[in-house]
Amino acid sequence: MSQHFPVLIVLLPLTAALLSPFFSLMHKQAGKWIAIAALFGAFLCSAGLLLQVTADGGQTIHYWMGNWMPPLGIEFVVDPINAVIVTMITFVALCTAIYSTPFLKKSNWLYMGGYYTLMALLCVGLSGMTLTGDVFNLYVYLEIASLSGYGLIALGGNKGTLAAFRYLLIGTIGASLYLLAIGFMYSMTGSLNMADLSVLLQDKMDSPLIIMALALLIAAFGIKMALFPFHGWQPDSYTYSHPGAAPLISGAMSKVPAYAMLRFFFYLFGAQHLFVQHGLTVIGILGAIGIILGSVMAIAQDDFRRMLAYSSVAQIGYIAVGLAIGSLYGLIGAILHIVNHAFMKGSLFMVIGGVQYRFGEVRISKLGQIGKKMPFTVFTLCVAALGMIGIPPTGGFFSKWYIMLGAMQTQQYIYVAVLVLSSLLNAVYFFRVLENVFINPDPGLKEINPPAGKLELPLQMLIPIIVFGIGILALGFCNEAIVDGIIKLGLPEVFLR
Amino acid sequence: MTITDIRPFLAVGVSLLAAFLIMFSGKKPNVREFWSVAAAFIKAGLIFSMVPAVLAGNVYEYTLFQVTDTLGFTLRTDAAGMVFACVSSFLYIPVSFYAIGYMRGHHEKEQTGFYAAFAVCLSAAIGIALSANLLTFFIFYELLTIATWPLVFHERNEEARFSGRKYLIYTLVSGQLMLAGIVAVYVMAGTLEFQAGGFLTIDMAPKWVLQMLFFLMVLGGAVKAGVMPLHGWLPSAMVAPTPVSALLHAVAVVKAGAFCVLRLIGFVFGPQLLSQIGAATVLAWFAAFTIIASSLIAMKQDNLKRRLAFSTVGQLSYVVLGAALLAPLSILGAYYHIVAHALMKITLFMCAAAIIVTAHKDNISDMHGIGRKMPITMACFTIASLGIAGMPFIIGFISKWNLALGALQVSQPFYIAILICSALLSLSYLMPVAYLAFFKPNTKGEFQTYGEANKFMLIPICVTAALSVILGIMPNFGPHLYDLASMAAQSITQGWIGGGW
Repeated sequence: MSQHFPVLIVLLPLTAALLSPFFSLMHKQAGKWIAIAALFGAFLCSAGLLLQVTADGGQTIHYWMGNWMPPLGIEFVVDPINAVIVTMITFVALCTAIYSTPFLKKSNWLYMGGYYTLMALLCVGLSGMTLTGDVFNLYVYLEIASLSGYGLIALGGNKGTLAAFRYLLIGTIGASLYLLAIGFMYSMTGSLNMADLSVLLQDKMDSPLIIMALALLIAAFGIKMALFPFHGWQPDSYTYSHPGAAPLISGAMSKVPAYAMLRFFFYLFGAQHLFVQHGLTVIGILGAIGIILGSVMAIAQDDFRRMLAYSSVAQIGYIAVGLAIGSLYGLIGAILHIVNHAFMKGSLFMVIGGVQYRFGEVRISKLGQIGKKMPFTVFTLCVAALGMIGIPPTGGFFSKWYIMLGAMQTQQYIYVAVLVLSSLLNAVYFFRVLENVFINPDPGLKEINPPAGKLELPLQMLIPIIVFGIGILALGFCNEAIVDGIIKLGLPEVFLR
Repeated sequence: MTITDIRPFLAVGVSLLAAFLIMFSGKKPNVREFWSVAAAFIKAGLIFSMVPAVLAGNVYEYTLFQVTDTLGFTLRTDAAGMVFACVSSFLYIPVSFYAIGYMRGHHEKEQTGFYAAFAVCLSAAIGIALSANLLTFFIFYELLTIATWPLVFHERNEEARFSGRKYLIYTLVSGQLMLAGIVAVYVMAGTLEFQAGGFLTIDMAPKWVLQMLFFLMVLGGAVKAGVMPLHGWLPSAMVAPTPVSALLHAVAVVKAGAFCVLRLIGFVFGPQLLSQIGAATVLAWFAAFTIIASSLIAMKQDNLKRRLAFSTVGQLSYVVLGAALLAPLSILGAYYHIVAHALMKITLFMCAAAIIVTAHKDNISDMHGIGRKMPITMACFTIASLGIAGMPFIIGFISKWNLALGALQVSQPFYIAILICSALLSLSYLMPVAYLAFFKPNTKGEFQTYGEANKFMLIPICVTAALSVILGIMPNFGPHLYDLASMAAQSITQGWIGGGW
């Protein structure tokens, strides 16, 4: 059983996604429960997988689909790093699926079934992208994730449909660029397996085709992860997506392409090649510009969700900068930030979703004294905001610490300056929110979903919110365990000499 | 000898725990205040129980967990840290009683959040005092920054919002720059463990890099300590309730800033390196300028709290000056001045608040003849004022004497002139208050009858005023703070012969 964990992570939600509408037809709640159960199963499998790969000083598991041997067959390659990322994805997906149940209370069976189909498919796509060891298989999962993402964004209402259509146009271009890039690589080597490619490509690294492929990959993943200047689709999509699904969309959907980028640049090509280094420099510069620009744009927003969306552009920049630094600590910081940011951004979207659910309000200026009515939600808001700024002991501080350490060690001082500036800009817009929450008078919001009992929100929403709030702190306190116990085991040999 | 003992963490944790309990017992004021007072006593007890062993030359050390892949989350009770820890944990007791009296007497809103943030501030202060490495230090330092913010905007009006912003801008900017400095130090030295006499050496980097690094990091301390021209936030923060001002000025925040400067000079850069790169001299100039300029500004203030705020700006620069002079006795004076200023300034602020609550007067010009109504309060105010000016037999004299001797040790008599000048100036801005309270008749006919502040406020005032006198006569009374300060100064300057003494 335990040797099938890699495929079960993908298979369980995929099955549930296909069955969910039928079960919903039979009984309205059944489709929901089967999806949640499957995501729970996927989470358990990924946690088990994480334990397997980190045992005995770290190991890599190769899982051959249908026992077809690579390079002909498709394989899943699990090392400690993608195990921790897939655990993060399934966990966020599980929490989001539970969290979104109250939003769907009044909807009919078709909406309900369809929603959970999309939710489970998004999880399938993201997990598959993380685990796969085959570049074409990655494209398939990329499209699964994108298509279900379009659907979940379009469920957000009229503006959501428009945002989804815009994302669809740009996202399709991104996916096509990716397809072109792997086409080039296939034409040079005749292989699609990542491990195989990394061997075959080593003596062809100065060919023009590779340069083309690198540029295409940067653009393709740049679009998918909303790296500046490819981020145009992202603010609308995050803002108008279905409020229940927003935590997963914002938390995980843009992180996985960042991880795929890491995999291509450091495992497949190898960062020692000149053109790869140039490519990384480009990513770093784009990331640095994105950090500043995203933060400045975030300051200008009054819609909380839109502010978070621009903040995501900035935070993706952190990951890009971490990759661009390219040293051990830079990569540790980038990977840690992938996990941290998923929790921070996810929890912030949960918080504003909770406020939206209860009061129908998303404007920052209308949040005065909300802590009186929703103390636990505001606790998570505070922790997540401090994490985004990078105040210790939250997780956000430590990813910033490692990235800064990497930048300082490799004498790329400009990145240190950018990180300092970004922390301060982050402080401007997050302390503005906290200031509004604590100082502004009560604006007298109308309860559209008044709480049933003593709790501020339905339990299904409150528990994920609190879990994420505590999770941000836990990631800070346990960062040593993640760095030493997981990330360092999985980094390429080059960095551990 | 190093003893592994979890007590330092218990001392930090007890008021964090209290903060949680306070948050959950907001509906029952008596229970809530009980947590606050109980935490104060337990904390002080824990800290003081470690004093004898530290005096005997031992240190308690404990690593709770690894905070990053190479650095531990470690607290260590060296003599320097114990001075600050003893002061802040002890003063937490009178302030927590006093806060009860003030907050209830003044019918303040949002008291639960107030007490919780207060408790977190104290935790952070102890953490800052006992941190064993720069990263642990920074974590507590930022915690203090954040936890103080709710106290500054407590009034929740536009003025408070503005002060809160000003406070955050000053402290967060300097904090982030300090973080960049810490990362650079770590990359340079490969360690962040505090070490008496410093762990950076001249061969680690070019001179200008070390100079720049010093200013980058000292900025973090100097902002909190209110060294001019970085003091702007401090007078604005006076909109907060007065126990907060007392806390800001005497117990935690500005003291943490001054302590940060002492830590950086004594335990990161070290006097030897600083005399080689000459960076401390510049800091000493800034401190000297602040001492004089703040006194001049203080004279012009009519609002008593603002006058005291500028007095704090000046007094804290004594500590910074003492550290920057790099002489054994001046460093001793700097450590002891943390104690001295804490006791005196907390007395002054509690007196000012007692006047606000009892007689509803903020401005000095309205206080003519108030000594008739509140003789005990004003007597304590007078004692503390004399102490600030440096009268013998009051605690302020001990630290100033050592600072002056330290200036002589490094052959810089100029700074003695500064100290004397400042003493005269502080007499000229504090004594008039005492004079007009006792000897000026009130033309409006107020304050004719006796009416002291309530006991919750009056007793803490008397205790701290009495302690200022007792420690002025017997500087080693109680937990031997003078010996601790002297141990700290010796450990820093040990084995270094230079600077002309």
